[in-house]
Amino acid sequence: MDFALLFAYAVHAGTPLLFATLGEMVTEKSGNLNLGVEGMMLMGAVMGFQVGIATSNPLLAVVGAAAAGALGGLIFAFLTVTLRANQVVSGLALTIFGTGFAGFFGQKLTGKIVPGPITTFFGEAKVPLLSDIPFVGKILFAQNLFVYFGYVAAIALGVYLFHTRKGLNLRAVGENPAAADASGINISLYKYTHILLGGALCGLGGAYLSLVYVPTWKENITAGRGWIAVALVIFTTWSPYRAIIGSYLFGCLDIIGFRIQDLKIKVSPYIIDMLPYIVTIVVLVFISMRKSKENAPPKGLGNPYFREDR
Amino acid sequence: MFKKVISSIVVLTMIAALLLTGCGSNSGSSNDSKVKVGFIYVGPAGDGGWTEAHNNGRLYLEKQLNIKTLYRESVPEGPECEKAIRDMIAQGCNVIFTTSFGFMDYTEKVAKEFPNIKFFHCSGYKKGENFANYFGRMYEPRYLSGIVAGMKTKANKIGYVAAFEIPEVINGINAFTLGVQSVNPNAIVKVKWTHTWIDSAKEKDAAVALLDEGCDVITQHNDSTAPQIAAEQRGVWAIGYDLDTPKAAPKAYMTAPIWNWGPYYVDQVKAIIDGTWKTSEYHGGLKEGIIDLAPLTDVAPAGAKEKVAEMRKKIEDGTFHVFAGPIKDQAGNIKVEAGKVLEYNEIMGTGMNWFVQGVEGKIEQSK
Repeated sequence: MDFALLFAYAVHAGTPLLFATLGEMVTEKSGNLNLGVEGMMLMGAVMGFQVGIATSNPLLAVVGAAAAGALGGLIFAFLTVTLRANQVVSGLALTIFGTGFAGFFGQKLTGKIVPGPITTFFGEAKVPLLSDIPFVGKILFAQNLFVYFGYVAAIALGVYLFHTRKGLNLRAVGENPAAADASGINISLYKYTHILLGGALCGLGGAYLSLVYVPTWKENITAGRGWIAVALVIFTTWSPYRAIIGSYLFGCLDIIGFRIQDLKIKVSPYIIDMLPYIVTIVVLVFISMRKSKENAPPKGLGNPYFREDR
Repeated sequence: MFKKVISSIVVLTMIAALLLTGCGSNSGSSNDSKVKVGFIYVGPAGDGGWTEAHNNGRLYLEKQLNIKTLYRESVPEGPECEKAIRDMIAQGCNVIFTTSFGFMDYTEKVAKEFPNIKFFHCSGYKKGENFANYFGRMYEPRYLSGIVAGMKTKANKIGYVAAFEIPEVINGINAFTLGVQSVNPNAIVKVKWTHTWIDSAKEKDAAVALLDEGCDVITQHNDSTAPQIAAEQRGVWAIGYDLDTPKAAPKAYMTAPIWNWGPYYVDQVKAIIDGTWKTSEYHGGLKEGIIDLAPLTDVAPAGAKEKVAEMRKKIEDGTFHVFAGPIKDQAGNIKVEAGKVLEYNEIMGTGMNWFVQGVEGKIEQSK
């Protein structure tokens, strides 16, 4: 088996997961647990495809997808930040809403093909020099622009969260909103911005599926990848850097079932389909055992913030 | 309090959005109020595959007989199906088609309660006085598409993206392989299971894995065009399924075994209107036209058209049968002896749990 080929395809398969994981991560860092990832991905997927077909412009398609994802985030933010509704229920409702939204707008899209300019734009684009590195170059730097954007987004988010003042503020909002509020941070503004940003990233993850990966429209194109992303946030313990590795690992698990037949190992395909969830549970157990502050979820996660409660 | 009310309203509205895609009705200007036909679909009407083929049949029925039809899409294979059927009856339907295997038992149950309503179930095996079942001998066009693939392949490796290890899929793989080997005994057919009908990304993954293993023709028993697109992106060739989809992958697409339900629907409903209808177990083939092989495109190999036409004629007039012995399984044991022909029930039944020689792949035994 050609491992470079396998891993290169794993990166490709992990990219939608990476975007969705980053989206959910930034949302959770603001203290809001948004289980609507699947819905926002679908909204992004259908809108990206729709705009792509209508305009043949790859950038507009990507912007459209991000906007649709952010719209999902906006609904969630309005419910949970302004109205302080239950986050779990709102997130689940958003998943159902996104599925319906995508199904409705996708009715006329089945059988349509992605226009040539978009396919070319997101075709393989080798990075000069870097792609000549043996093995690693073939895996990481002989991909398409969307994949590279994933690297950039993850690293930028890491830098933002851990090395900027605003990132520190955001983490404070997620950990202890009362303290953050006391220090003069505008809690609602932070929550809204980052939930919207998270939604946009989830939308991009969906668009990667409909515009680059498959690429054609099919109802429910995400097929549960949004839920894997929610698990991935836990698996990578809220670190954008680890999200890169985690997403590609889960991408690898997604495709490995088709490849190990060559190795003559007998593993039931159902076990392989279970692997992402099993490793997530194992990681959860480890986190709760080790109780290290660095790897713990944001303390304020899931709780609406009432200033009056202080 | 006020906020709670608003948030409840917003959440409920969002959930109600799911209904946007739930159901639909299409009513032609009917001049014959004697029949009202209802269809229960397992997927969205425009799914680009299985359900769309049924929906095309429904539209054909409306046009031919100028009658009223209703349909309900994305009905899960469970108790919801029974509810959907009862809804249809409540809306005045007296002819009901349920178009997925998992609807069988629910259809039977409701059929017993309503003896005056005619029921049709697709792809199952049960029937009653007012309850018919229907399907097509899809293995016939599968065999023909195998001829096309066998003539086209240069690597002598053909990839087959398949959904589940059920007789319907397995006999398709076997028929396809027999077709391949009839023109190219050196070619093998590699099978990858996706274990899903709905995940088009997985279908693509499976196709790419097959391409990475050196296959240069890809075919599928899955409902999306993703495997065809995968072949096109690698500059090799593809054979589709369900519907004729030459536009999805114009440089790769050669043909597809396809469903053509319309004429059957028209025949049955006409018989009901004329009062001559009787319950039946229908499984038409190429001759009856319920299934077909899509016209070969220019990508198809030279000479394939003639070869396919020749074999098609033999299948139609009964001088050739796809599952006529001798047929060997993967281990080389004779499964069908010379001079014997497998019956329809043997081909579609649970005994169809083995691959013919030339298939590379495993059937996970679930006993």
